[in-house]
Amino acid sequence: MINGDDFAISIRQSRRLKWGERAIQLFMISCSLVAVAVTIGIVFSLVFESYRFFQFVPVYDFLFGLEWSPQTAIREDQVGANGSFGAIPLITGTLLISAIAMAVATPLGLASAIYLAEYAGKRTRDVVKPVLEILAGIPTVVYGFFAALMIAPFIRMTGTDMGLEVASESALAAGLAMGIMIVPLISSLSDDVINAVPQSLRDASLGLGATHSETIRRVILPAATPGIAGSLLLATSTAIGETMIVVMAAGLAANLTANPLEAVTTITAQIVSLLTGDQEFDSAKTLSAFALGLLLFCITLLLNVAALKIVKHYREQYD
Amino acid sequence: MTDSFTQLTPELRRRHRAEFRFQWAGRLAILIAIGFLVVMVSSIAVLGVGALQQTHIKLNVFLDPAQIDTNSLKEADYGRLVKSALKARFPDVSKRRDRRKLYGLISSEAAFTLREKVVQDPSLVGKTLKLWVIASDDVDMLIKGHVSSGAAGGEHRISDMEMRWIDEFRKSGDIETRFNSRFFWSGDSREPELAGIMSALMGSVFSLLVCFALSFPVGIMAAIYLEEFAPKNRWNDLIEVNINNLAAVPSIVFGLLGLAVFLNTFGLPRSSPLVGGMVLALMTLPTIIIASRAALRAVPPSIREAALGIGASPIQSTFHHVAPLALPGMLTGAIIGMARALGETAPLLMIGMVAFIVDVPTSFVEPATALPVQIFLWADSPERAFLEKTSAAIIVLLVFLVLMNIAAIVIRRKFENRF
Amino acid sequence: MSTPELKQQVYAENHAEAQAIHPIISARNVSVFYGENKALNDLSLDVPANQVTSLIGPSGCGKTTFLRCLNRMNDLIDICRVEGEILVADQDIYDPAVDVVTLRAHVGMVFQKANPFPKSIFENVAYGLRIHGLTNSKSELEGRVEHSLKRAGLWAEVSDRLDHSGTGLSGGQQQRLCIARTIAVEPRVILMDETCSALDPIATAKIEELMDELREKFTIIIVTHSMHQAARVSQHTAFFHMGELVEHGRTEQIFTSPRDKRTESYITGRIG
Ligand SMILES: Nc1ncnc2c1ncn2[C@@H]1O[C@H](COP(=O)(O)OP(=O)(O)OP(=O)(O)O)[C@@H](O)[C@H]1O
Ligand SMILES: [Mg+2]
Repeated sequence: MINGDDFAISIRQSRRLKWGERAIQLFMISCSLVAVAVTIGIVFSLVFESYRFFQFVPVYDFLFGLEWSPQTAIREDQVGANGSFGAIPLITGTLLISAIAMAVATPLGLASAIYLAEYAGKRTRDVVKPVLEILAGIPTVVYGFFAALMIAPFIRMTGTDMGLEVASESALAAGLAMGIMIVPLISSLSDDVINAVPQSLRDASLGLGATHSETIRRVILPAATPGIAGSLLLATSTAIGETMIVVMAAGLAANLTANPLEAVTTITAQIVSLLTGDQEFDSAKTLSAFALGLLLFCITLLLNVAALKIVKHYREQYD
Repeated sequence: MTDSFTQLTPELRRRHRAEFRFQWAGRLAILIAIGFLVVMVSSIAVLGVGALQQTHIKLNVFLDPAQIDTNSLKEADYGRLVKSALKARFPDVSKRRDRRKLYGLISSEAAFTLREKVVQDPSLVGKTLKLWVIASDDVDMLIKGHVSSGAAGGEHRISDMEMRWIDEFRKSGDIETRFNSRFFWSGDSREPELAGIMSALMGSVFSLLVCFALSFPVGIMAAIYLEEFAPKNRWNDLIEVNINNLAAVPSIVFGLLGLAVFLNTFGLPRSSPLVGGMVLALMTLPTIIIASRAALRAVPPSIREAALGIGASPIQSTFHHVAPLALPGMLTGAIIGMARALGETAPLLMIGMVAFIVDVPTSFVEPATALPVQIFLWADSPERAFLEKTSAAIIVLLVFLVLMNIAAIVIRRKFENRF
Repeated sequence: MSTPELKQQVYAENHAEAQAIHPIISARNVSVFYGENKALNDLSLDVPANQVTSLIGPSGCGKTTFLRCLNRMNDLIDICRVEGEILVADQDIYDPAVDVVTLRAHVGMVFQKANPFPKSIFENVAYGLRIHGLTNSKSELEGRVEHSLKRAGLWAEVSDRLDHSGTGLSGGQQQRLCIARTIAVEPRVILMDETCSALDPIATAKIEELMDELREKFTIIIVTHSMHQAARVSQHTAFFHMGELVEHGRTEQIFTSPRDKRTESYITGRIG
């Protein structure tokens, strides 16, 4: 039985409890806001430092300039002391390497995903999938080392044997290593997407006398296209933002070229080279790294948002 | 159409061939990817095992009492004693240049080894000491068969004369390779034969501790809120989209954030594991939140209903019943996130954890580097001997990653199917 | 009368009858296993050509299983094993020399749930023609697509929007599209598994009408849970019960004077 006093106590207790719970709840909410704060922090710091950079170099010159050579002046009055900050060679270099990576990873990743989802038995799948995941788990610095040590010399040797001129740090070497790195990303996402295609469509096609590969190529893949496109976009974004492989295997020569055998540099590689070593914080050279960071952030964000939208839309379609 | 189901028209043959090719394309793709993995890991392993061995040379050092002041044992010129020992061994070397080459056979560490011996046991003074000292990296490479005499380019060429000396050591059994424990417990060095991974490893450990201490509690609290309490509205949708996007932001951007905010705005110590850990924590946070939410989702609603049904408040139900059940899953996600953080290099370069660190760091705020950064630094060094060290460091890194993943799998196995 | 004897007799009777009109499909002592589970037990059945045969029976009795054996769709289920002999046009279809792709082109299937490809209406119907390389020119292809859609009774409704997606049609239209897709490749046999179960009476009536027209050219086997439908459209009926073929004969006979008690109770709605 609860008499009057006990009742009063129990209400007070529950109010105290309420306060405690309220505090926990507030704490939880602030924890989830950390993620938002990080995004805001990224945007603000990048925008702010870039703004300072654009006081030295006009936005137009940065975005459309064809030459990148961010030397700082040795003497104040030196001619051309400010260096040139045209990002186009970096953008094309980034795109070239990412394109090579995607050209390697797309067929390999898709073919593995199709094989695993459609042909492989459960046992094969249980073994092969984790092994492919290992490729994604290996730190990129290892890929960079391997690319610089083995792939680049190998390409150079083969190329020279065929009478081609190959730079010692070719875009091809970095792109190849990066391509292998993103194979598991494409294969695991595409595998999910292919598995989500309803069995009834397979039945319909096989029931008409299509072979398995005809069914895959003409029915399953077209039906899975949006999801696969999403996974390819995510992979592209990863390739564009990848840093260590290009720092170690692609070099720093800002060449404006589409030749995969030449050396190119990328946005990420330049950010690293601008910000490692001694730096004075207010020089255009240092600040340009943040402008490049902002550019990188915008490009990858665009790709990610598009990819997540497509994948989400696709999931809803077959749920 | 054909009349029989067994008759294969040319058209059908073509279609079956296409089917066959298609299947093989899939197998081939998997083989290529796995083949690359095998080639990469095994070639690095083959390169790296060499670093487990280090060439040592035996010297008979006469501890000349005239050279050593017994009152200040530490001050004596032990380098000279070592040199004298070499000179005594090869008395016919007279030219100055040749002598310098002779001294170059052994590592500069030899003098310190000798000093330690003498300081420990002062009674040695006046005697001749048989001392195994570390050989220089060039000799090491030669003994391991990585350079043939006269083949290595530049100034590190091993001349015929040096070959003669080494052969003589060999003949008298005064040169041998031993297990290189130094690689595991010492810090970085400019001399490849002396360089070790301990300072980098400790830097990684400190960074990961900070990373875990920050990202795990914040991550699971955020996950619990979003999964169990957050009402479905625009704000929470925004948070969710935001987390998914954050998970795909290039890691180098987090480094830029750390540089601009933690170093330049808050003035935290540059190159320190504290800042490194903070940057890594921001990077791992989305991974942990996403994994923890999945773990919470796997807890059946009946558990919540049971707790709420006996009068527990939603907070009590969550923290007493749901969260403990989801904890193994959350931990698995956190370990996988930590494994990713351990391999991360680019953001650490941005905040200056790329320094040359000889001493093993002992706190969160002194300059340090991390294992993958050490790999990056060594990979850049021209000496052939650093190639071996780089590969060995990669193997150590991979071993740690494997251990972490095994831990994650074990936790998952142990607790799965509990409900 | 004991079951095996009855079975013998039933088989003998309908075999003789089916022989008279030439059986296009004949199953001899077919048993089907899913792993350890026996889903069909020693079943023998002749299906006469150019007629509609309906398979009826309570849920889980093995109708779908039997149907999927006839064009080897069961091959897709790893644990499924078929014993006995199934002849289609006098060829044992489980003979290793048989090419499944060809078999399925001859024995088409329409499924319970309409499953148009997420492509245009035209491409849905053209699909089979394209993969089997059955037409030589674009105009021939268009002609056959139109012909199939007309035969499926869908032409009038979709002729002006052939390039619209097949998934945008109504349920009944989708099902007729699937039928058009199947008959486009001119199979000899069409298997229909509860094709009308999700449709309203009007759409059902249209498809039933269609079956009646189609049987001139094709042999049709349907699975249905509707006694009325079986009675309306089929000339032959087979009653399955727990993996056994209990009874088979002319539809009027099965519905008016069933031999087996189980058949009778099922038809009158006491079991199932
Ligand atoms: N893929 C499968 N794996 C294992 N067992 C199966 C599978 N498909 C069917 N079965 C089993 O085989 C038996 C017959 O199933 P079937 O689908 O042929 O029944 P049905 O007569 O078509 O029933 P319904 O009228 O409900 O469609 C059932 O007991 C079922 O559980
Ligand atoms: Mg069925």
